[in-house]
Amino acid sequence: MEQEANCKACETLGTPEQEAQLKALIEESKSTPGCLMHILQEAQGIYGYLPMQVQKTIAEGLGISLSEVYGVVTFYSQFSLTPKGKHKISVCLGTACYVKGSDKILAEVEKELGIKCGECTEDGLFSIDSCRCVGACGLAPVMTIGEEVYGKLTPDKVKGILDSYVNAEKAATAQDEEESK
Amino acid sequence: MINLKINHIPVSVPEGSTILEAARLAHVEIPTLCYLKDVSCVGSCRMCLVEATGARGLVAACVYPVSEGMEVLTNTEKCRKSRQMSLELMLSKHKKECLACERAGNCELQRLSIEYNCDPNYFEGEPLTHEIDYSAPYVVRDRDKCINCNRCVAACKKQSVGAIGPIGRGYNVHIGSAFEMSLMESVCVGCGQCIVACPVGALKERTTVDEVWSAIADPEKKVVFFTAPSVRATLGEAFGMPVGTNVEGKMVAAIRRLGDVEVFNMDITADLTILEEANELIARIKEGGTMPMFTSCCPAWVKFVEQKHPELIPNLSTCKSPQEMFGGLLKTYYCEKNGIDPEKLYVVSVIPCTAKKYECHRPEMNGEVDAAITTRELARMIKTAGITFASLPEEKFDDPFATCSGGGTIFGATGGVMEAALRVAAKTLDGEFEVVDFPEVRGTAPIKEATYSVAGITVRVAVASGLGNAEEVIRAIESGEKQYDFVEIMACPGGCVNGGGQPTLPDSMRNTLDLRSLRAEALYTSDRENALRLSSDSPVVRTIYEEYFEAPNSHKAHEVLHTSYKADKRI
Repeated sequence: MEQEANCKACETLGTPEQEAQLKALIEESKSTPGCLMHILQEAQGIYGYLPMQVQKTIAEGLGISLSEVYGVVTFYSQFSLTPKGKHKISVCLGTACYVKGSDKILAEVEKELGIKCGECTEDGLFSIDSCRCVGACGLAPVMTIGEEVYGKLTPDKVKGILDSYVNAEKAATAQDEEESK
Repeated sequence: MINLKINHIPVSVPEGSTILEAARLAHVEIPTLCYLKDVSCVGSCRMCLVEATGARGLVAACVYPVSEGMEVLTNTEKCRKSRQMSLELMLSKHKKECLACERAGNCELQRLSIEYNCDPNYFEGEPLTHEIDYSAPYVVRDRDKCINCNRCVAACKKQSVGAIGPIGRGYNVHIGSAFEMSLMESVCVGCGQCIVACPVGALKERTTVDEVWSAIADPEKKVVFFTAPSVRATLGEAFGMPVGTNVEGKMVAAIRRLGDVEVFNMDITADLTILEEANELIARIKEGGTMPMFTSCCPAWVKFVEQKHPELIPNLSTCKSPQEMFGGLLKTYYCEKNGIDPEKLYVVSVIPCTAKKYECHRPEMNGEVDAAITTRELARMIKTAGITFASLPEEKFDDPFATCSGGGTIFGATGGVMEAALRVAAKTLDGEFEVVDFPEVRGTAPIKEATYSVAGITVRVAVASGLGNAEEVIRAIESGEKQYDFVEIMACPGGCVNGGGQPTLPDSMRNTLDLRSLRAEALYTSDRENALRLSSDSPVVRTIYEEYFEAPNSHKAHEVLHTSYKADKRI
């Protein structure tokens, strides 16, 4: 459901609630110098990412050019131009994880899901990103899925972990259907 | 005053000056790339690094402020090595097709690379494979020649357009439009100020020189050229003449030697524009039309209104620009009078502008102008033809479009359209009115204002050049802070004399000379020396009305000389 709203946000400003939130955010922040970063951060909180219409609305609201907004969005890796999945996978490519072969973990996740780092699966279930250190170097190599941390990984463990999320999702859907009957 | 030494030479400069400014007074040149007077000063290219007492490491002279007793050294081993490496790093990402690059010989990167004895292949960068952006009919962008100096970005931001900006981070940073849009899809208005700001060949006009040569070679075609007012004030620069040299006679002689062509004076349709526009203004005042009225002769300004301020479309004069009036006049009046098939007439306008290349493709202009070439392109054609420009005789424009008024000539400088219109409007309203000079609207101030009273009518005028200043005028009008009746806007700072199609001069000149004033002075001198000062006094314009249009704003004049606009809101 959230994913559907996100896709519509490519063309529009999402749900009426999201649009109202964004406009209120711009209105209350626009007189503060240097508010762009704050607005972008909050807007990403509302939409999960920063689609074109959202950036255009921010640019117009602040009286700056779209290219200036886009420049800031593409400068900081924290901002995303693509929707994120329900389960956000983040593979650590920091020094400790990297020397322990986390690049192979990332490659395995990409292969399993059939998408590249920075992308989101078509069903909206998973998105992959890389990060620099989650502060669990003792467990290297590490990846996080949502708030969950998975350590001492090897490529062959990846499929099992991903399957557990897919299975949980299937079980939840089945239960929903059961209840609606 | 602050006292310091640059390379042991004592200088005194006002507090707050930068090392670069102090060095200029000491006649010491410090190399720069990202710095451009009045446009960009960010200290990012690292070419101007110098040693200064009290500073840790090397400092960027363009932004570092001077202090009392400071000793600056600009030519040490450390400075030279640093600059050489910065240049070699830039070269590692630069498409080194210098053999046929149109900026070769006039490229700041090339000049410095030679001066600093650089090895262009010292660092191996990633392969350069980005597509050249040919989407727009005015500007071509080659990302692989860009050195990320950000001068174009600063120029575009100063124009309050902001079509381009830095994208990404680190090695991947590049200049482009938001969401990697092409220039044509972006908010670009085609003014070309990015081109004249670019130190290398990453930005240039979309050339149509080959098409013009083909038309000249085609025996079926009759080719006519006309040149915009400001071209005569700048073309000489492309042949090493001092800035501000009026080369009208040699320009006409040169074009005539390109082939079997006729050469007309676009100042004629500048005069025609004035008659139409002054009468439109009087009619709007008397009949209570939409006010204030904005000039419409600048196509970048028109595009800016359509894209950013469509609410102001009713305020734009319906007059076509002098370029399009000339196109219309040639393909109707001139063809009818001389029994020429309009299909066989090939019309070339020579303009100081890149936006005019877009303008002649606007559907409502019916392709009346076949090709619009910039001052730079004309200079290239003259060189290709092997014409030694400096030794040419002074020749006159061809009849019937030769004699213009001084009012038509000053169209090329900010305030010129306003002044020419005021001359005619005042005379129309009050036949006894004798004043022809309106110094209040002259000069390179960003925004100029004046109020005139003629025959009981008060006219409040404003003149702005540079779209950033236009934006300020719009803000003042829309907030109710200012009330005007007539507003002249030229998109380029200083007007057409500083247009995006004008010769690109080296930084050493751009950073030290007042190009806008020097070039404008050539036009005002020509105006002063012209016996005809009012556009309505031009015998050519009188004949055109007598033989064809009957009167300004007549039905026929509206068909050929006026146009309409449409909203194209973009963010």
